[in-house]
Amino acid sequence: MSDEREKYKNVAYYPGCALEGTGHAYNKSTKAIGKALDLGLEEVKNWNCCGAMEVKNIDPKLQTYLSSRVMSIASNEMDHDVVMAPCNGCYHNLKKAEYELENDQEAVEVVDQISNKAGHETYKAGEIETIHALDWIKKAVGEEELEKKIKGGLKGLKVANYYGCMYTRPRNIYPEKDQGEGSESTLKPHYMDDLLAVAGADNVEFPLKTACCGGAHTLSDSDTSTKLVLNILMAAEASGAEVIATECPTCHTGLEMHQIRAEKMFGKKTNVKIVYFTQLLGMALGLSKRKVGLQENISDSYALMKEKGIA
Amino acid sequence: MPIHEKSLIRPENIKTHDELVIDGIDVSGHWSTFIESRVISDYNEALQEEISALPGGENIHRCFQCGSCTNSCTVNALNSEFNPRHWIYLIRLGMEEELLRDKDILWQCVSCNKCTYACPRDVAPEGVMKAASHWLELKGHTPKSPSTLFDTVFTDQVMETGLIEESRTIRGFFGLTNQSLTQGWLIEMVKRMIRHLPIEMLMKMGLATILRPKTKNWDAARDAMREYTAEQHALHAKALKLDQVTPKENN
Ligand code: SF4
Ligand code: SF4
Ligand code: SF4
Repeated sequence: MSDEREKYKNVAYYPGCALEGTGHAYNKSTKAIGKALDLGLEEVKNWNCCGAMEVKNIDPKLQTYLSSRVMSIASNEMDHDVVMAPCNGCYHNLKKAEYELENDQEAVEVVDQISNKAGHETYKAGEIETIHALDWIKKAVGEEELEKKIKGGLKGLKVANYYGCMYTRPRNIYPEKDQGEGSESTLKPHYMDDLLAVAGADNVEFPLKTACCGGAHTLSDSDTSTKLVLNILMAAEASGAEVIATECPTCHTGLEMHQIRAEKMFGKKTNVKIVYFTQLLGMALGLSKRKVGLQENISDSYALMKEKGIA
Repeated sequence: MPIHEKSLIRPENIKTHDELVIDGIDVSGHWSTFIESRVISDYNEALQEEISALPGGENIHRCFQCGSCTNSCTVNALNSEFNPRHWIYLIRLGMEEELLRDKDILWQCVSCNKCTYACPRDVAPEGVMKAASHWLELKGHTPKSPSTLFDTVFTDQVMETGLIEESRTIRGFFGLTNQSLTQGWLIEMVKRMIRHLPIEMLMKMGLATILRPKTKNWDAARDAMREYTAEQHALHAKALKLDQVTPKENN
């Protein structure tokens, strides 16, 4: 096994607030596949919220501070080189903080000032590497190893892979993406497609991979969010998908919630099921529906999985 | 419609005559259409400077009006009046009156960053939308938008406890915006949510709302952040000369 893989086998784990609430099933299934694949996750001690999409609108540097505290604890107090965040929002914010602290002297000063007053070590750019749950499986296991561990698999389940906005945009905070072979693409991301293909899914050609679900205004401008989600759901169905695989608790809940809202308020019913990629991967690895928290999803995919003979 | 002429060709600026004969030639109706001439004298020369003093607006001066932002914009696809390029143009010229026509939709940017991804000049138009929305609120042109209210409830909770406990944030926001927690679609969602959930999980979710999780030893961080935000607010108020305006009350 290469050192490169070794580096990602035991990582600091930053679940974030959503994974303790609406995204509980994502938390559960992420931990479950970690266990099934022999990967170590050590939760960041006494972590705080990264600020999601909201704090930056009040003040961007506050968000930089909030994210930097998480990275500081993971690197300085827990001695980790890598921190993994499954939520797109958390992942994006940690990456953004890294970028700001690398490139903006004013941000460095603000973060230093607040960290000193708060009584913990100031995080400095380059001390830790932030990765997404997708990177984690890719880098710590890889397709070849993953294939050997698949039990049962996804049996040709038709999947539209939905990555959302924050995983690829803005481009400047993701310097490792778009770097040719093996790297993730910001225009047409494929890491989730790659993993689920190995797990036996039949990925459909889905044009709205990085479309926005309007997550930022899911409650403050619900009609806009419902329209955006409906586009995504209808495009997935038109692409022939039975399931939309998600990798972000906000996207996931947004799709589930506005699927119902579109039906109740606009009379537009869609049947495509919404499932976390970690749940799909878990079931492909032979874990039960309960183990990956399928019962916690609002979108009910029990019957579909049963019909397909999955898990 | 080309955005630079947009303000000229509004219906109220277009003149036609139902009956008009010039030099013996009948030019009634559309034949006599002309655009009323207009002199702009109410430029706000400080507009760009003020908006670029707010977080996100810093790079507005870099815009060369290519239109890539509007072309890629998520909200523009739903409503063509939502036009980041047009607003950036107006702000840069200081055409405040024109900008104010769109004051009630500007906040609807969903922060998808498609514009920032597409912009060849690193303007970060998403940030400009936020700065412009805040400018409208701070200057008293609009009440705080639902989006700002949500951001405020959320940020207060993070600053206070270090964490977000979703049901508390949602209750706080619905309370502030007078929305009912028993709207039909919400009830339907909860019904579907609990269909397969075991009782322990429901208990835990209920308990979380009572126990109010908190990051430990958070007080010093909270105070430091409050101090920083107060400083920033004072700076913004100064840049926008806010002692001269009274912000609009909500509702
Ligand atoms: S698609 Fe929606 S929830 Fe997902 S990252 Fe974008 S705004 Fe957030
Ligand atoms: S994409 Fe950038 S440069 Fe082009 S119009 Fe928009 S803000 Fe200006
Ligand atoms: S971030 Fe806002 S302005 Fe930019 S493309 Fe998205 S919705 Fe449009």
